[in-house]
Amino acid sequence: MRLALFVTCFNDTLFPETGKSVVRVLRRLGHEVEFPYGQVCCGQMHFNSGYRKDAVPLVRSFVDAFEGYDAVVVPSGSCTAMVREYHASVAREAGGSLPAGVARVAPKVYEFSEFLVDVLGITDVGAYFPHSVAYHPTCHSLRLLRVGDRPTRLLRAVRGLTLVDLPRADECCGFGGTFAVKNVDTSVAMGDDKVSAALESGAQVLCAGDNSCLTHIGGLMSRHHAGIRVLHLADILACTEALPDVPPYAPAPDRAGFAAGQAPGPEVAR
Amino acid sequence: MTASVRGEPTFVGMPPFPEAAHAELANEVQRANLRAATHTIRARRDEVVAELPDWELLRRAGEAIKDDVLARLPGHLERLEVAVRAAGGVVHWARDAAEANAIVVAIARAKGVDEVVKVKSMVTEEIELNNALAAAGIHAWETDLAQLIVQLGQDLPSHILVPAIHRNRAEIREIFVREMGGVGRPAPEHLTDAPGALATAARRHLREKFLRAKVAVSGGNFAIADTGTVCVVESEGNGRMCLTLPETLITVLGVEKLLPTWGDLEVFLQLLPRSSTGERMNPYTSMWTGVTPGDGPQDFHLILLDNGRSDVLADPVGRQALRCIRCSACLNVCPVYERTGGHAYGSVYPGPIGAILTPQLRGIAAHRVDAQTASLPFASSLCGACFDACPVRIDIPEVLVHLRTQVVDGGRGPHDRAEEVGMAAVRWTFEKPWRIGFAQHVAGVGARFARHGVIGRVPLPKRFTGPVGAWFADRDAPAPPAESFRSWYKRTDGGLEE
Repeated sequence: MRLALFVTCFNDTLFPETGKSVVRVLRRLGHEVEFPYGQVCCGQMHFNSGYRKDAVPLVRSFVDAFEGYDAVVVPSGSCTAMVREYHASVAREAGGSLPAGVARVAPKVYEFSEFLVDVLGITDVGAYFPHSVAYHPTCHSLRLLRVGDRPTRLLRAVRGLTLVDLPRADECCGFGGTFAVKNVDTSVAMGDDKVSAALESGAQVLCAGDNSCLTHIGGLMSRHHAGIRVLHLADILACTEALPDVPPYAPAPDRAGFAAGQAPGPEVAR
Repeated sequence: MTASVRGEPTFVGMPPFPEAAHAELANEVQRANLRAATHTIRARRDEVVAELPDWELLRRAGEAIKDDVLARLPGHLERLEVAVRAAGGVVHWARDAAEANAIVVAIARAKGVDEVVKVKSMVTEEIELNNALAAAGIHAWETDLAQLIVQLGQDLPSHILVPAIHRNRAEIREIFVREMGGVGRPAPEHLTDAPGALATAARRHLREKFLRAKVAVSGGNFAIADTGTVCVVESEGNGRMCLTLPETLITVLGVEKLLPTWGDLEVFLQLLPRSSTGERMNPYTSMWTGVTPGDGPQDFHLILLDNGRSDVLADPVGRQALRCIRCSACLNVCPVYERTGGHAYGSVYPGPIGAILTPQLRGIAAHRVDAQTASLPFASSLCGACFDACPVRIDIPEVLVHLRTQVVDGGRGPHDRAEEVGMAAVRWTFEKPWRIGFAQHVAGVGARFARHGVIGRVPLPKRFTGPVGAWFADRDAPAPPAESFRSWYKRTDGGLEE
């Protein structure tokens, strides 16, 4: 199986640890993943903000970068949904050879938990993470991709991990791409309620499959000194007894523990 | 009496959504009222929907029937007209609000009345009929309890089904005590805010209006093209009073409300109550076909209203909004609506359905719209809860994105030059991998401004810093890493040489 990683522009630029975690998990399971350097962005921000014309070259570059692979793994629900649900509509308007290209590539694109559970048929990835975790199903994972319980099945199989219920889990966190800045007050009101739910859950870590949503939620937690942190699903699944902590790319935080991509080490978590 | 007829507030002139939402979000009484109300209705809806093993099939059927209606609308409308006329009704056609209002006013004047009773209807709110009647010196008495609360309070509706959802019972009691006496039977002395007491006060206040009225105005939930039957679905019985007691009944109907056959009601009378009030069946379903001698109104007028609907129908993506049966399930599950309430949308149609219906009815497909209208398609995080709840499967997120494209690429909204330049710059950066590599390097340098891996407050007012300032007003962000993923992958051969 020829396997490619679409790390997403967001993770590539801001959360490289999550990309590394995907590589580590797959390597542990015996799969080498290629990183096609031609990849850039799925075009979701442009598409969802009304700049559909600007999304066309990005869809084209996506097809060019991932043509020929048997499967493309993406550590993001919303970017996967953009490719699988909406690339065809952008391509249809652009015409030419693009619709055929999208029809070949898009069906092979999988969100990380989908790839592990559906393609590899694995729920126990051999991870160790001795902390309590609440899972937030991001909207596009939940309602566009319908990943269902795949992420929580993966989390339940992690040794040492206690999965706790997140109240009102299916409610949007309020990120919504450019919504977060165009409708900042509403976005923050929704995010604050998500932070409250995370605190109510009693978890040490709020986990999700999208770093974009987690940046918003984590940004509120950090500002409010909420004492709980966010982590991508891949970053949790990458942890093992031998490597219990994802190597931080930034110095340790001095406050409530918002350093994305950095798992709470045993000395941090109680 | 003419001089005392009071006009009602209007949504005209409301600020764009973000600004209106800012004000609404600060109203914590309303926030609490909305949270309690939407969560209650949501839970009730989920419960009764779960009872039906064929719910998804019912949704598909509702979608298919409505799509068929829209695909062959002119033929269905003509069949309806013939059937209503054959049953003794009068059919009027109105291109827009002004024409529809003029027809209602003319009929009321011909009857020599200075008041009408009304069944709650969205379409008469849409055309601001009450203000048109007031301008003609005719009182329009709202008889639905929530609509009465809104009217007495000189307020605006904030929900399709429960227009006073933003009010709690203490506020309602105050409105009744203060306002009822000015327009009819006053609230009883020592009125409490117990639901039963409030309902009794409303019932007594309305009773004299029901018994006196010669003319009633209603909307309609469905109209059957085959038979000419009009159907109104309600919970309180006020509709039944209006539809049966007065001598004259005027029904204003959006042209999309048609159903081809009587049998189609089977689908919609299951979908609507479960989606709207969370009931298996609504308490009152009234149906009438033209005029029946010796029974009910002897003079029936049906006004078929376009008011922008033909333009919506012309848009292959946007037209699905015309499937809407005004159940308000999308409002009740919407995380934005739950927090801002309905007034922020600046339209009688709030929430997710309003965000796609209002801009279309205001002509976004054909011409440039004002800033408030153009802001509506952006009033959503695209979470998709509305699509899942919609009983006729309107893909609201798809239409929202479609309308955003009309605002931006189609040039139908105010031009945001700064955003356009920013988006073009990002697109340019993303077009070639080396460009993103360079941008990431620059971002890595930016990390030096972070303290302990976190970027906190930006010491500049929001208006100077655009989206960056908006982000950092309430949120921190992690500092960009010194090395991007692609640099790491290249340097270490995917971690093999780390």
